[in-house]
Amino acid sequence: MTWLLVALVAWAGGWWLNATLVKQQSGLATFAIPVVFGVTILVIWHGLVTGLNVPAVILPTPVAIWSALTGNVPTLWADFVQTVLKSVLPGYVIGCGAAFLTALAIDRSPFLQRGLLPIGNLAAALPIVGIAPIMVMWFGFDWHSKAAVVVVMCFFPMLVNTMEGLRASEPMQRDLMRTYAASYWQTLFKLRLPASGPFIFNGLKICTTLALIGAIVAEFFGTPIVGMGFRISTEIGRMALDMVWAEIAVAALAGSLFYGAVAFIERAATFWHPSHRGS
Amino acid sequence: MIEALHQRTLPILTVVAAIIVIWYAGTVFLNAPWERDQAERAGTELSLGQLITNTMAQERPVLPAPHQVAVEIWETTALKKVTSKRSLVYHAWITLSATLLGFAMGVVLGILLAVGIIHSRVMNLSVMPWVIASQTVPILAIAPMIIVVLYNIGVSGLIAKASISAYLSFFPVVVGMVKGLRSPDPMQLDLMRTYNASAWLVFWKLRWPSALPYLFTSLKIAIAIALVGAIIGELPTGAQGGFGARMLNGSYYGQVLIIWSALIGAAICAGLMVGLIGVIQKLVLSRMGLAR
Repeated sequence: MTWLLVALVAWAGGWWLNATLVKQQSGLATFAIPVVFGVTILVIWHGLVTGLNVPAVILPTPVAIWSALTGNVPTLWADFVQTVLKSVLPGYVIGCGAAFLTALAIDRSPFLQRGLLPIGNLAAALPIVGIAPIMVMWFGFDWHSKAAVVVVMCFFPMLVNTMEGLRASEPMQRDLMRTYAASYWQTLFKLRLPASGPFIFNGLKICTTLALIGAIVAEFFGTPIVGMGFRISTEIGRMALDMVWAEIAVAALAGSLFYGAVAFIERAATFWHPSHRGS
Repeated sequence: MIEALHQRTLPILTVVAAIIVIWYAGTVFLNAPWERDQAERAGTELSLGQLITNTMAQERPVLPAPHQVAVEIWETTALKKVTSKRSLVYHAWITLSATLLGFAMGVVLGILLAVGIIHSRVMNLSVMPWVIASQTVPILAIAPMIIVVLYNIGVSGLIAKASISAYLSFFPVVVGMVKGLRSPDPMQLDLMRTYNASAWLVFWKLRWPSALPYLFTSLKIAIAIALVGAIIGELPTGAQGGFGARMLNGSYYGQVLIIWSALIGAAICAGLMVGLIGVIQKLVLSRMGLAR
């Protein structure tokens, strides 16, 4: 009963705090408000789960998840190494790299571009994760098959974005390069690649999430006894939901860091773009 | 007409043809080792022509030839009763019903959230960062857990899968609608003010119509990702039917053709649904005079 009260108080308090913070037009407020919101949610979650006696097999409390997280650091670290460092990163680099090079290779052929762009758009909408069982059959249970799934998943969004990006420079700018008697490669490196930066980074950011999803889902289809997807599916079988949530927290953290790293590089590389000005 | 054919259809057909050629080449290349092995054990010599025909007719190929997949799809759709568990149409319906239900839930939730974010500064500042953060995490990893949790509460099957689809598809709708509902420029908003229009009227007469183009773009992304969510939702619990269950069964029993036909079937469904939304988009926007 007391915990229910705590949840209620936290809800009212969090709401009131945010409502007051909104009125201050400072940079601190824009940072503090989401934090307050998140903390409030956690407190309400804990209050409701303990107050209503929700069994741990349905929803563990944040405290239980935290203790599972801190109590299993070596296991979680091994899963992180297997899934993120061995499957996601090589797959991401190969997939995005291959797509980028393909886009460059067909850059000089408008015919192929007109053919590949609609197909790439279609393929980006397809449930590509479905190739996971096939890749597991081809490349075995270890990280190779997961990396292969990641490669295929990253390829099409990256290809489409790079092709869009290479067309992003304006005719006026291209004409200027022509009047300078710039060669194809000079135009590419001095004008068109820099101009395509925002598009390429957009593709890279989309692919961070896709890559992690692909690797984890591929592990549902067969894996050695380590890895995030493996851990999630076995711990569910054992009804150890606090461990599952701990694994999800790690996956969330890894995903956010990966995304954040790419976004950081984007800010550094395309500082000139209007969306990064001001604020 | 001829011009359009030249400009659009021909390149696409060329690329499709190239993909099929590469596929066949891959079939021969990947399946050949097994055939050679078999021939060696039987003590016979294989001519090149024989090798090539054999690689395309294997029972459990490493990579099935396109026509094998086509035959499998034809046999499991047209030649089986729709209610049969071996029919791909039956499985497609199970997945699609979850997809569409989840899509509808996600779209409604997304639009409501976007309306709230537009009209409340507190919601904008507190919810929006978390909506974005929620998508940098691999949502699909949560899918099996949602299914198990819902199963423990007593909700299973359709609703559980649909909730995963909803979770995935609400995000593009929120982002697109927030952008769309904010797209009227200050001049137009000022005009509404001079008309002394209420907040409701501004929303209904100005914000909503100008958000529609954004909404349709989001819907296309949302339906594609909703299908992925429904398929993933069928994986962890060993669901009775659906594309995901079909793939899982195929991978357990080494039935490559079943996996491929489920994969292609899912791809066709995704293409059809995105295409359908595209058609509705064209009709609605041209009625509104917004079509480009």
